[in-house]
Amino acid sequence: MSSSKHSSSQLRVGDSPLVKWLLIGLTLFLTAILLVVPLIAIFQQAFVEGAAHYFNSLIEADTLHAIGLTLVVAALTVPINLVFGVMLAWAVTRFEFPGRKILMTLMDIPFAVSPVVAGLLYLLLYGNNGWIGSWLYDHDIQLMFAWPGIVMVTVFVTCPFVARELIPLMQQQGREDEEAAVILGASGWQLFRRVTLPNIKWALIYGVILTNARAVGEFGAVSVVSGNIRGETNTLPLHVQLQYEDYQAAAAFASASLLAMIALLTLLLKAFIEWRQERSLKIEAEKERQVTQ
Amino acid sequence: MATHLSAAATRPRHKRVLPGLSLSLGTSLLFISLILLLPMSGLVMQSVDMGWDRYWQVISDERVVASYKVTLWAALIASIFNGFFGLLLAWVLVRYEFPGRRILDALVDLPFALPTAVAGITLATLYAQNGWYGEILESLGLKVAYTPWGIVLAMAFTSIPFVVRTVQPVLEELSPEEEEAGMTLGASDWSVFRRVIFPALWPALMTGIALSFTRSLGEFGAVIFIAGNMPYVSEITSLMIFVSLQEFDFPAASAIASVVLIASLILLFAINIWQARYLRRLHGRS
Amino acid sequence: MKSKPRFLKSIIGTLLLSGAVQASAADQTILNTSYDIARELFATYNPTFEKHWLEKTGKTIEIKQSHAGSSKQANAIMNGLSADVVTFNQVTDVQVLHDKGKMIPADWKNEFPNASSPYYSTIAFLVRKGNPKNIKSWGDLAGNNVALVFPNPKTSGNGRYTFLAAYGYAQKTFGKDNEAKVDNFLSTFLKNVSVFDTGGRGATTTFVERGIGDVLITFESEVNNIRNQYGADKYQVVVPKTSILAEFPVAVVEKNAKKNGTEEVSREYLSYLYSEESQRLLAGFNYRVHNDVVKAEFADKFPEVNLLTVENIAGGWPQATKELFANGGKLDQLQRR
Repeated sequence: MSSSKHSSSQLRVGDSPLVKWLLIGLTLFLTAILLVVPLIAIFQQAFVEGAAHYFNSLIEADTLHAIGLTLVVAALTVPINLVFGVMLAWAVTRFEFPGRKILMTLMDIPFAVSPVVAGLLYLLLYGNNGWIGSWLYDHDIQLMFAWPGIVMVTVFVTCPFVARELIPLMQQQGREDEEAAVILGASGWQLFRRVTLPNIKWALIYGVILTNARAVGEFGAVSVVSGNIRGETNTLPLHVQLQYEDYQAAAAFASASLLAMIALLTLLLKAFIEWRQERSLKIEAEKERQVTQ
Repeated sequence: MATHLSAAATRPRHKRVLPGLSLSLGTSLLFISLILLLPMSGLVMQSVDMGWDRYWQVISDERVVASYKVTLWAALIASIFNGFFGLLLAWVLVRYEFPGRRILDALVDLPFALPTAVAGITLATLYAQNGWYGEILESLGLKVAYTPWGIVLAMAFTSIPFVVRTVQPVLEELSPEEEEAGMTLGASDWSVFRRVIFPALWPALMTGIALSFTRSLGEFGAVIFIAGNMPYVSEITSLMIFVSLQEFDFPAASAIASVVLIASLILLFAINIWQARYLRRLHGRS
Repeated sequence: MKSKPRFLKSIIGTLLLSGAVQASAADQTILNTSYDIARELFATYNPTFEKHWLEKTGKTIEIKQSHAGSSKQANAIMNGLSADVVTFNQVTDVQVLHDKGKMIPADWKNEFPNASSPYYSTIAFLVRKGNPKNIKSWGDLAGNNVALVFPNPKTSGNGRYTFLAAYGYAQKTFGKDNEAKVDNFLSTFLKNVSVFDTGGRGATTTFVERGIGDVLITFESEVNNIRNQYGADKYQVVVPKTSILAEFPVAVVEKNAKKNGTEEVSREYLSYLYSEESQRLLAGFNYRVHNDVVKAEFADKFPEVNLLTVENIAGGWPQATKELFANGGKLDQLQRR
């Protein structure tokens, strides 16, 4: 990706081979200890009863359903939080208004609230005894203990990620480029697409990746509002817990390894997006040049 | 010219040129009200309902106070460690090409995608006295699992992506001109890093550390499997909340949760204010 | 990013499709909300009941299962989880459905025989092979140099039963009036705990996989699960002469069953647990049962135990909760430094 940056390299900090390999070595060492070995341990425990058992436990109907539900929840959560994150970041980094910092702090509530408590609060509001929930009950609308409830709490738990990624970057960049573009007569959408988006695309992608990873792995809040109905409202993390409690440790770790792989898969998706965006930008630049000629 | 514009941009009452204030602010406010504040009102209501005396009694209970101390210390150590490790990881991922870089990049998010209980169980497996690491540590006379250090470990593990992923984009977009200027003038790597790069990364790094810290305060699933949960020694605040929930005592749970929430929000608010000042200074200076 | 909507659509499509397939299955559906380690039990029981119901009424029934900690389940039901029946391992978690939820009648314990508890268990010890610390009764657990593992009574029913059983033993040994000696015993007993996990499963892992502690204290019904999972030759079961009666209560959640029109089948679902066939099935899962024929068949599996009840020890669950386990109660006082 940033190979173009790296080519003009002797001039940058930390590029002497000694420093470079020292830092890489240290990082790899720490990562191996802190992240890789635990990952290996998960796979080791997943395969402790053999590969056949591993795959059989994954194609069990309840497990398949849990996988599907987890993916649907993530697929609904990510776009919602993407839109919100961009809007919020734009508002707080491009304008001054009273209460701006309070707004930025409020956004962090989900990080500061224990997920179990978050789930409970949704339950108190939308459950049968809550003031919205009792209205829903009278109209036979079931949000809690069904997939909408799971999506709602997942949105809650993951909503700050995109904005949190964008804000430091957009602050650091300042608004000079965009203001210049407006003065040159760009419309709102053009401005966003041509100026802002290329500048923030990395942060945006990291935001999406984090949101997705967290949405897929969320346990605490979801467990409160899910109802744990097998083959219906059981997400993959809940399923892992259930299998583990049920003395099916190998199957539990097999499901867990699947969650790890979903995280790795998002990263592949990121690489793919990277590649496509780079290509489309090139094509666009080409077109523009042709037009101006 | 650049200096001109940025100076103008940071002055609060300059003419607004950028579009989309009402759209972006409106959407944000609506979303925050519906998704965040409305459910949070339940927390406030539960706490208000119980009355000040009972509220105070719950949150100042000896055992709960002991849990605050354990949680705060563990979260502090974990987030500072993550500050160093996260910065290192982000730097290596952005600045260097080496075999396996993409895999390393992918591994960073692992702690988020794993259900926290799995993380806790796995860490306990590794660090218990009969685990791969536990045996080595035991021979050195160290104990991690089932001590407060186990809590630090679980917190550090579950919150590492925060620092990496907040620093990474800023590092990616850092413009090379100043850095290159410094280097051509013959300054050492370290002094350019300290004078040019670090000031630009500092706000993002602090945000990452703060987020890692607040996330650690609320962590439950991973910690309970490795903490040992001995009263007054290794009980965390989230466990106290969980106990109240088990007893169907929602007001008590809300009360303890509100303490954590308020502490976290004050910290994050302070960081937001500090960051705004810092950035103003930074841009003003350039 | 353009591929996202298509991806989303296909997934929602799949979900709707699978939902449609599911909906068409049976004449009626009920939801059994149960405790976390009962999956295998009900996965075996449900087909036998489905068959029984078909033979009796000519109708098909589909039973859905939900499993989690029973306090959490009770809370979910009170907040709208549409459970038709509950099969719990905690009397208090059923009682709360009446006290706070007004969803079951006050006399739910009289709805079915044996205080609506079709099966029961007791608290037993699991020790390492050869019983190196020679553990035989509760008294040995407060000795010097004995490390215990059992879940936190504050977060786990398993742990509450354990504490109550130790309390009952102390009362019996030292006399109910000799509070100083009883308390002294209990505080040594608690000091011997190495790790307090939040649930029974966590405690098992700590004892078996981490090699911590000399004794794991847990439900007798759990012990065989543990031996199946981890190897029968490494551990020994010790059932103390005196222990506690742990009931596994059931109830029809009347409010939901009425709304769903499933009262009849729900009642039959629970009644059938008392049939000889079902009792045999339950005994196979290491639960003690009431049916005399089945009892005789499994006599050698379940040694005689003098079972104390919560009523004997603490005057019933409400009092036990208030005086022993609540904030500032006996447990808190004993654990204070």
